[in-house]
Amino acid sequence: MPLNIVVCVKHTPATTSVSVDSATGKVKTAGLAYGLNPFDEYAVEEAVRLKERVPGSFATALTLGADSADAALREAVSRGIDAAALVTGPEFDGGDSYSTSRALAAAVQKLHAQKPVHLVLFGKNTNDGNSGMVGAMTAAWLNWPSVVSVKKIESVDEASASVWRAMEDGVETVKVKLPAAISTIKEINEPRLPSLKGKMAAKKAAVTKWGAADLGLKPEEVGAAGAATSVTRQSPPPSRPAGMKIEGATAADKAKKLVDILIERKII
Amino acid sequence: MAGEKNVLIVAVPQRGALPPAVFELITAAKKAAAATGGTVSALVFGTKAADFAKQLGERGAEKVLTVSDAAYDSFVDEAYAAATAAAAKQEAAGVLLLAASVAGRSLAARLSVLLKAGVAAEICEISGSGGALSAKRYQYGGNIVAEVAFKSDVKILTVQPMCFEAAPVEAGKAAQTTPLSVPAASAGAQVASFKADEAGEIDLGAAERIVSGGRGLGNADGFKLIRELAHTLGAAVGASRAVVDAGWIAYRHQVGLTGRTVHPKLYVACGISGQIQHLAGMASSANIVAVNTDPACPMMDIATLGVVGDVYEVLPVVISEIKKRRGA
Repeated sequence: MPLNIVVCVKHTPATTSVSVDSATGKVKTAGLAYGLNPFDEYAVEEAVRLKERVPGSFATALTLGADSADAALREAVSRGIDAAALVTGPEFDGGDSYSTSRALAAAVQKLHAQKPVHLVLFGKNTNDGNSGMVGAMTAAWLNWPSVVSVKKIESVDEASASVWRAMEDGVETVKVKLPAAISTIKEINEPRLPSLKGKMAAKKAAVTKWGAADLGLKPEEVGAAGAATSVTRQSPPPSRPAGMKIEGATAADKAKKLVDILIERKII
Repeated sequence: MAGEKNVLIVAVPQRGALPPAVFELITAAKKAAAATGGTVSALVFGTKAADFAKQLGERGAEKVLTVSDAAYDSFVDEAYAAATAAAAKQEAAGVLLLAASVAGRSLAARLSVLLKAGVAAEICEISGSGGALSAKRYQYGGNIVAEVAFKSDVKILTVQPMCFEAAPVEAGKAAQTTPLSVPAASAGAQVASFKADEAGEIDLGAAERIVSGGRGLGNADGFKLIRELAHTLGAAVGASRAVVDAGWIAYRHQVGLTGRTVHPKLYVACGISGQIQHLAGMASSANIVAVNTDPACPMMDIATLGVVGDVYEVLPVVISEIKKRRGA
């Protein structure tokens, strides 16, 4: 039976080399180039591969963001995703993982009501906020099972999936009932580049837009108002003390000096 | 800043043992409790719960709740979340601390929604006073430090390994242990099997020392030398993205933005020039040693100790010198 897949993505700065506005104590995002969060490429690719594995399957890219986040959805379409939905509006500004996942869950629920969803795929984390919480939190809002750190979807049908979860000490095979949310890691696949046909489709794609009211959410449940945490200040990390170049006539001399210093400083 | 002020350590076991990061949570919890003015208790799971309680007690935990059910011997977020919510209620805990492991992150997300609690994820510092609590964490791949405050009554923090000292064993200390009965939770996921990584490997996240190799090794065989130095130092083996992508070593060794974030006491970067994406994962290491033929590479700039030279000439001497001094 064909699968109905949702893949959640984020439009993020294309670089992590950002600076802080000392007046506001916040990262300067104005003028930065944005793109599809690199970790989401793996989730998008996996959705496309599932479509290839299970003919007739359908995949929708979903994001929450400004109007410009439309670009991340089109990037997903160019890579083989069928449809796109954007959760947007000023009420969503300043959200944290708690309020953002709540809105994403409401959007998944809306798609689910239109046509039952089997899988919601996520990247490992975003390259800006880095928390890696939104995928599993979205599952929690939906009261669906979730598996994070997935490196392989071994088998899947409309009722269940068997996936490989990469742990710190090895790999667990986890059986999960569907619908469920799955957060992927880099090992799951090697994303392909957009095809010419995909790029054409991306240009023409119709992006569905939803505000809080469309999702049955109150303004106080989303964005900064619905957040459970706030970032009070951002700053560059403390700079490292100046290092020391180890001099010596030969590589062996330098190596011996290195060991001397490591022992002297009780590092080893 | 309403909310209960007591602190609960959620100690998720792995393969029948407590990961070392759990002992670091005791230290973090004391810091959090000092800020909120509350008490600290811990929650342990599974058939070895009584043993885990003893281990935590020896390291200064005063009160431990045990959920001694075999159903908790493998990790499923839904079951763990239900038990943790029951413990938090019983202990009037408003601050929950978890290790930022795969399981810890998964559980924190489930608890967040269940307890209407904000999450400060992968934090490396806790501060606050007079009931308020805030935490510091890295964003933008280590290029930004963010200070996170809570708006929710219940506050969840996942703590990066190696950011707090492990609480030491103190002779004669023991915890007051209380069994916690929780209704069996239904879960949509279950662990069917487990395949361990290579035996004897030290996990990157919990390693005090890491020896990493990059492109400068020239080929996959270079990792024999990296492993030899790592073995000599009792260190874990790391790698740059380039060599993982080239297939020289498995992904689980990758340090950096798309790999693991590490904070060891010693990071030895061998033939790694220091792409931003790699530095993101290790630049906060306490001591960095760079061995590279290029004196101008970014890794040299951030190194505590820099050796300009060929890894194949430098490392064998480092290995033999360390062995010699230990033997002496």
